[in-house]
Amino acid sequence: MEETRLAAIARECRVQIIRMLAHAGSGHPGGSLSVIDVVVNLMFDRMRHDPREPHRSDRDRLVLGKGHAVPALYAAMARAGYFAESQLLTLRKLGSPLQGHPDRSVLPGIEAATGSLGQGLSISLGLALGAKLSGSGARVYCIVGDGEIQEGQVWEAAMAAPKLGQPAHPLDNLVVILDYNKVQLDDFVKNILDLEPVIAKWQAFGWPVIEIDGHDHGQIAKALDQAEATRGVPAFIVAHTVKGKGVSFMENNPEWHGKAPKPAEAVTAIRHILGISEPAWDEYLAAETSARAIVDELRALDRK
Amino acid sequence: MPAKASRAAFGEALLELGAADTRIVTLDADLSKSTMTAGFAKKFPERAFNLGIAEANMIGVGAGLALSGRIPFVCSFACFVVGRFETIRMSVAYTNANVKIVGTHAGIAIGEDGYSQMGLEDIACIRALPNVPIVQPADEVETRQAIAYAVAHDGPLYLRLTRQNLEPVSPAGYRFALGRWAELRRGHDVTLIGTGGTVFNCVEAARRLEADGVSAEVLNAASIKPLHEELLLRSAGKTGHVVTVEDHSPAGGLGGAVAEVLGEWLPTPLKRLAVRGFGESGTPAALYAKHGLDASGIVAAVRKFLNR
Repeated sequence: MEETRLAAIARECRVQIIRMLAHAGSGHPGGSLSVIDVVVNLMFDRMRHDPREPHRSDRDRLVLGKGHAVPALYAAMARAGYFAESQLLTLRKLGSPLQGHPDRSVLPGIEAATGSLGQGLSISLGLALGAKLSGSGARVYCIVGDGEIQEGQVWEAAMAAPKLGQPAHPLDNLVVILDYNKVQLDDFVKNILDLEPVIAKWQAFGWPVIEIDGHDHGQIAKALDQAEATRGVPAFIVAHTVKGKGVSFMENNPEWHGKAPKPAEAVTAIRHILGISEPAWDEYLAAETSARAIVDELRALDRK
Repeated sequence: MPAKASRAAFGEALLELGAADTRIVTLDADLSKSTMTAGFAKKFPERAFNLGIAEANMIGVGAGLALSGRIPFVCSFACFVVGRFETIRMSVAYTNANVKIVGTHAGIAIGEDGYSQMGLEDIACIRALPNVPIVQPADEVETRQAIAYAVAHDGPLYLRLTRQNLEPVSPAGYRFALGRWAELRRGHDVTLIGTGGTVFNCVEAARRLEADGVSAEVLNAASIKPLHEELLLRSAGKTGHVVTVEDHSPAGGLGGAVAEVLGEWLPTPLKRLAVRGFGESGTPAALYAKHGLDASGIVAAVRKFLNR
């Protein structure tokens, strides 16, 4: 798929992330906005999956280790047709399959319950090994957060992955992507527990490492091509990203790790994502009925 | 039938079941010689994975394999595997992954290695998870059946196994079923409920009590979660006195589970024999004597309890 097309889908998903978080009244915008380009690239240009048959055994798997960024996954899943877009507004509400952190038991298409950080990679190792053992040819994509890889279990998995299944079933069907947005809940990562030199660390554990701009769809696709061409070991992609990408007041600001925008803030955020100046906004909304509907809905929420 | 450790019976059962069902895989954390999966690894090397001394990752890899249609047995000492509770909680229980968690070296009966290797809190931890049954077989026959049950059971399950040899207690023709306890002896003065390594001691204590004119009923609580509530209430209603005997902490173990059911449905005088405080080094026999989990300790506790 063309890069511009993927960027357009990611932009739509960014709008939905802001929209659903504002309606939920809580959640994690920063890490959802940083990871969405990678998620969209995987789900719309890379993975073999079918929303109509979410359980087929040879599907590729996506595990979002940093489960708090699940609004990004929900936005992409709705866009792909796993469920109706209207369901996004049930996020975090009682009885909704769109739990605050992913729950595979209630939402087909979610591969692993994550959110307790550090566990997604181990599950991905098992999924990749299982696919190899059954000869299904399925690939496994695991996204980890930068704060997440402070967890010890990640390094147990990192040490095991290049060796697990060898020699008959090497995990070269596994690609791990680090959403390196440099910010965690309390502060910038470097101020809490610096990961650097993060590339050298993964290389020392036996992983080939590819470094890219995680918002550039051309670079993401090329890195995934390169990772999949790797034989004998899994591959690791360091995707440099911007926390809160697309919304100027959220970008690189730890305050927006785990705080939902108020309805009025959400409208401004959506305007930023769409790249419309304030003077041109009303004219834009008059022409774009779908954006207009989302904004009207948010303004109504503000009056409640 | 000679006495056999339930971990040894587990290793043998896996060999047989693994030959018939290629979905079965084993995962270990550098203790396969102790958990007795080494035989399986030798016979089916392509289905045995040693993850090194990294239990949390082992459990997570097991969950991923289960989600891919395998039936993984993730094995270590009970204290080490359940010690990675957060991974069990999320990657296995909440995920509802078909993982069989095997904790060997249950309790103080491991003896000389001391507290750091003793699983004494594992039942309490796993009991808190809504969807993970807990099974602790009491002899070889029951272990083989429990392993076969674990393979057939679709969902997570925790198996608690012993390092020490277990004398046979199961009656002829015994069939294990989840949520069912075997009545090993009928009695009307007191109900003794053992699990795993304490069941034979309960039987032995009942024999001695009989000689003193005390009629003890003995129940084998192999299914710790769920309990056999109907049998428990029926027996408690008959004898009016219940004694639980377990190689585990008194908090949250078999005794705790029994107390919850009796307290809610049929308040009955209850004595919980269990391991008080931390474990320590010593011979298994000396440790069971110190904590009153051997036949003599059970007999003494019952006499005091019944005031006879």
